[in-house]
Amino acid sequence: MIAFFSRWASLPAFYRRSGRWIPWLWAAAAGLLVVGTLGGLVLAPVDYQQGDAYRILFVHVPSAWMAMFVYMFMAGASASAFIWHVKLAEILARVSAPLGAAFTALALATGSLWGARMWNTWWVWDARLTSVLLLFFLYLGFMALQAAIEDRRRAARAGAVLALVGVVNIPIIHYSVEWWNTLHQGATVSKFDNPSMTWDMLWPLLTMALGFMVYFAAAVLVRARSEILERERHRRWVIDEVAR
Amino acid sequence: MKVSLASAWWAVLRRDLLLSVRRLGELGNPVVFFAAVVSLFPLALGADATLLRSVGPGIVWVGALLATLLSLEGLFRADFEDGSLEQLLLSPHPASVLVSAKILAHWLVTGVPLLLITPLLGVLLNLSPLAQGVLFGGLLLGTPTLSLLGSVAVALTLGLPRGGLLISVLLLPLFAPVLVFGAGAVGSALLEMPVLPYFYMLGAELALAATVVPLATAAALRASLGS
Amino acid sequence: MGPVMRGSMSLTDEALLAAVDLACVRGDRLLFEGLSFALAPGTVLKVEGPNGAGKTSLLRILAGLLRPEAGSVLWRGRDIAACAGDYAADRRYIGHQNGLGLALTARENLRVAAALQGIDGGAVSLDAVLEAVGLPQTGNIPAVRLSSGQRRRLALARLLMGQAGVWILDEPLNALDRYGQALVSRLLTDHLMGDGVAVISTHQALTLPAGVRQQMLTLAVA
Repeated sequence: MIAFFSRWASLPAFYRRSGRWIPWLWAAAAGLLVVGTLGGLVLAPVDYQQGDAYRILFVHVPSAWMAMFVYMFMAGASASAFIWHVKLAEILARVSAPLGAAFTALALATGSLWGARMWNTWWVWDARLTSVLLLFFLYLGFMALQAAIEDRRRAARAGAVLALVGVVNIPIIHYSVEWWNTLHQGATVSKFDNPSMTWDMLWPLLTMALGFMVYFAAAVLVRARSEILERERHRRWVIDEVAR
Repeated sequence: MKVSLASAWWAVLRRDLLLSVRRLGELGNPVVFFAAVVSLFPLALGADATLLRSVGPGIVWVGALLATLLSLEGLFRADFEDGSLEQLLLSPHPASVLVSAKILAHWLVTGVPLLLITPLLGVLLNLSPLAQGVLFGGLLLGTPTLSLLGSVAVALTLGLPRGGLLISVLLLPLFAPVLVFGAGAVGSALLEMPVLPYFYMLGAELALAATVVPLATAAALRASLGS
Repeated sequence: MGPVMRGSMSLTDEALLAAVDLACVRGDRLLFEGLSFALAPGTVLKVEGPNGAGKTSLLRILAGLLRPEAGSVLWRGRDIAACAGDYAADRRYIGHQNGLGLALTARENLRVAAALQGIDGGAVSLDAVLEAVGLPQTGNIPAVRLSSGQRRRLALARLLMGQAGVWILDEPLNALDRYGQALVSRLLTDHLMGDGVAVISTHQALTLPAGVRQQMLTLAVA
């Protein structure tokens, strides 16, 4: 079992194997996103409370989910890097960050747009958006740290520590923001009341979420491969690989 | 070796305190900064006593946060530059325990002076005695957590150019819960609502940080020195 | 471009300290790979090479401060990555920097160093240690007022506190006059005669008695 894992996680093997998966992942992501968008924008019924404006949740909710998921992924990869000294795990954590930040920014932007439609303000300090904003800062901090450290290995290792510290703090941050919100704004935790979900609305949402997930998988593999090539460029297998 | 671990911990604490005391001039900076920042707000917001009383606790908290950020830069830097940090990591004793001594020394030298000057600043902002008390209690529980979390950020950015700015970026989201609970406690007190839950949260976060953070900081130091 | 070994190779199982297939990458440059050696008790390994060849990196890897890109370091047959605490108790590393708090006195510095090394501070006579490294009567002088040669001696004083089987010294002769260099030779000889091993990088010639087992390792810039 361990032998299988260490073979799988070896950088040359990972590089070659992932190269085969990537085109399929892109295709699957494109398909899912197209179907999900159609489902959300066209096929899903109009919400009787919020009209057509609610449709933005088909982008907002999956991107918020991905924002959280990617950080969990980074933290998991970082933990693996620490416990088993797996270089691939360090690399995956490092390259996921910009993707996670992008999802977070998308969630914030769509949240802002939704708010603008609903209450005519471009920003509300509700618990959910504020939590996402702080998550965004966590991502930015991680990326800033990576950018500041020139030595790739130190950068990846430092990033792993930061990701683990961050992940422990996320529930604390989330909880504290909810407290803060109830203290200052009364009982409602989120102004973004989700419309009650029928299946017609649910399946596009899940499709979009899955599409985002597959997109993330493809993008992470692409970035990881590029990072591996740069990091190991003195090694023979890289020289052979590039020559092909 | 168990007895030696405790004496090594004391030795590190004593060493850091001695070094700080012998550089007495530097100790004043965070306190002066704290006072200066807090004094800026009445200039910006106007001197209306009622306004100051309501925003005062938040201002003091943000000021304490910023002053802590400022003071963190020096936490490991001198030891990094003269090689003492390296020797600490080479010790057979667990680095995380030794690091906790350094963090405690930092709080004693930075956090405690901030605490001591808080009542004075409370007077400047027209805070009631109740608000002062809750403010002080919150800071007492919160500033050690700030030192702890700060130590991770400093350890990660050791030796990097413009590390100070990077430290602030890293710590902003991590400090948010302490800020929310600390300032929230005072807000709650002013509304005559229970304050203890906030203190419990601050205490819980401190307990968690005190046990977990030194491990992270030690790991971060190894990462930074292994390059 | 591999490192060049000269001198006898002992069997790995008798070795107090051994390196197996070490590789080191610094800043995307491969410094060395496939580096192996084994040191039986009483052996000193001299590491030579031009600046930037990786001598300091190698010593830091051997000390456990730096993780190698590949390979492992074995101490008494055990991988140091797995028994870091035990190894640390049996190993002394002195790098380029002295590791002294400049605002602390010589005695205070030694007291902290002893505590860090797991040695009972009360059992060691710090003044005797100071005398042994040629710093008599300096106990109460802050390190900042000592000359660089004196600070180097103070850093080396660590070696005289407690017993350690493995000494790793990076340019120990820096800033030392010829008396200081003689001191280092003496300390090393005693250590090696007591069945310790040492890994030393130095630009300068280090004279050791003829009976001492020596190995040489020359790192080249690739």
